[in-house]
Amino acid sequence: MRTIVSLICGTIFGFGLYISGMIDPQKVLGFLDIWAIADGGWDPSLAFVMGGGLAVAIPIFQFAKNRTEAVCGGEMSLPNNRAITTKLIAGGLLFGTGWGLVGYCPGPALSALAFGHTDTIIFVVAMIVGMGGARAVGLNK
Amino acid sequence: MENFTPVSALIGGGLIGLASGLYLLLNGRIAGISGILGGLLTPTKGGSAVFERLAFVIGLVVGPFILMNATEIAAQSVVTSSLPVIIVAGLLVGLGTTIGSGCTSGHGICGLSRFSLRSLVATLSFMAAGFVTVLVTRHLMGGM
Repeated sequence: MRTIVSLICGTIFGFGLYISGMIDPQKVLGFLDIWAIADGGWDPSLAFVMGGGLAVAIPIFQFAKNRTEAVCGGEMSLPNNRAITTKLIAGGLLFGTGWGLVGYCPGPALSALAFGHTDTIIFVVAMIVGMGGARAVGLNK
Repeated sequence: MENFTPVSALIGGGLIGLASGLYLLLNGRIAGISGILGGLLTPTKGGSAVFERLAFVIGLVVGPFILMNATEIAAQSVVTSSLPVIIVAGLLVGLGTTIGSGCTSGHGICGLSRFSLRSLVATLSFMAAGFVTVLVTRHLMGGM
């Protein structure tokens, strides 16, 4: 049951990335290019994706986080790490740099595999190598 | 702002929020894509979590595949970067999300929905780096 829920949630998530246009790195880069606001070239769509996402997710999260058990059984696996560390910020800065270079973050990169483009496949392979390498030396701890 | 698509962005964003909320409510887990994918690389004992993670990743690809083949909704995914830039960017995204414990979904949607200050700091960090990177590549170096 939990596996079916995962498949359905992943599929809905993929619908969202596709419909919102975030599956296209050029839409993302159009948002990150706030420097084009003055000449009218900025695309604020990503902010609306975040807004729409938070509007739906916040009530569900606030309801769900007080539960002691997931609906399909098992514990509520919520992060309990609240530390603001240099590592957290450094990771964010490295991720943001890669994100700004091509326009892919992990979700859209995986969803875009549906198009079968070679560039997307190469990005995803490099991303997995980066994740695997970092985990191999314990940087996920 | 000729590329601005507020309606589809809100609808798509709502679906992303719905998927994240349902995943937490039903399975008790955070729908952080980097965490789900990364967890597949270093599976822990138990085993069932592997199938759950794999199913989510498969869904991420199946969703767009259904829409592009069974509906009139059009989308594209255009990469304009050179091969070395694509590889460096992929490595940075993989490395950064692992070191920073999350990405746009885990920190940006799920973390902010929990009102996590830690996720807010992470989100501001990767947003800031994204803004600066695009400033450098598009405006100071004239496109990469």
